[in-house]
Amino acid sequence: MELNHFVTCFAAQFEDTDPAEIQADTVYKDLDEWSSILGFSVIAMVKTEFGKTVTGSELRHCNTVEDLFNTIAAK
Amino acid sequence: MIDNPFSLTGKTILVTGASSGIGKATALLCARMGAVVILNGRNEERLSAVFEQLPGSHPQPLPADLTIQSEREALVAALPALDGIVHCAGTGHRKLCKQLTAEDVSAVMDTNFSATVLLQSELLAQKRVKRGSSLVFLSSRTADVPTIANALYSASKGAIKSFARCLSLELAPRQIRVNCICPAMVWTPLVESEGVTKEELEAREAEYPLKRYGQPEDIASLAAFLLSDASSWMTGSCIDITGGAVTV
Repeated sequence: MELNHFVTCFAAQFEDTDPAEIQADTVYKDLDEWSSILGFSVIAMVKTEFGKTVTGSELRHCNTVEDLFNTIAAK
Repeated sequence: MIDNPFSLTGKTILVTGASSGIGKATALLCARMGAVVILNGRNEERLSAVFEQLPGSHPQPLPADLTIQSEREALVAALPALDGIVHCAGTGHRKLCKQLTAEDVSAVMDTNFSATVLLQSELLAQKRVKRGSSLVFLSSRTADVPTIANALYSASKGAIKSFARCLSLELAPRQIRVNCICPAMVWTPLVESEGVTKEELEAREAEYPLKRYGQPEDIASLAAFLLSDASSWMTGSCIDITGGAVTV
């Protein structure tokens, strides 16, 4: 699992946000488009792309995209 | 000129199942209402015939069998961003429950449910659905009204309703609206080719309160309304259109 690839996959879940706005240090919950629906999208992406399970609670506790990457990478 | 909320001018709309019946009538009306219409269907010849009748200027039709993944993907890849989609592609089916085979289940569910759902998913995944657009699914009154020999068709249309309602919640944050149309009997090639005679249908038609079955144009008018800005506050709705009939 590689951080840059994860950031690209994470950014691809957004519809209206420019992918360039989403970096490893982005606090994703501060993005206008972030929502519980996007949370579902990220959970499914993590399962499909990386074969890992991330929970809604973990999504709520992480702040930056890199935090989330580290949480998933440790699984 | 007064700004007309019912107009479809400036909207690009994909109509599946556009080579006949409700899809054809919807495509023709959308074009009359000012939309740029993209026709999809399986039969290239019939699709071209509908294309010739469209008033205004439109891209070439995009024939594809929506039950085939590679054809769905090629269709979506060839599409521009859309302001509206009308999912009309579907098939009829009449058989008693005790006669149903695995082939029947696949044939009806693949066309009426799986192909529709997977096309919609592909359109979203490939970002072909603009913010603020309107999606219309053709369900049926039979989803809620049981009739003999209609179990599989009814189930496929019920599945579409359930799918569309969930989809409406997922897309609401982007102001994308999702609604279903649930017609009672409509005179289309589909009802006339299901092993029921025209005479039988005409006898039942007389029992409808408005004394007639629907015409494809009746359904097209509702689809056009749901595609227009006049229905901006409608999403997750399943609208019955029945000529007054409470049964089918």
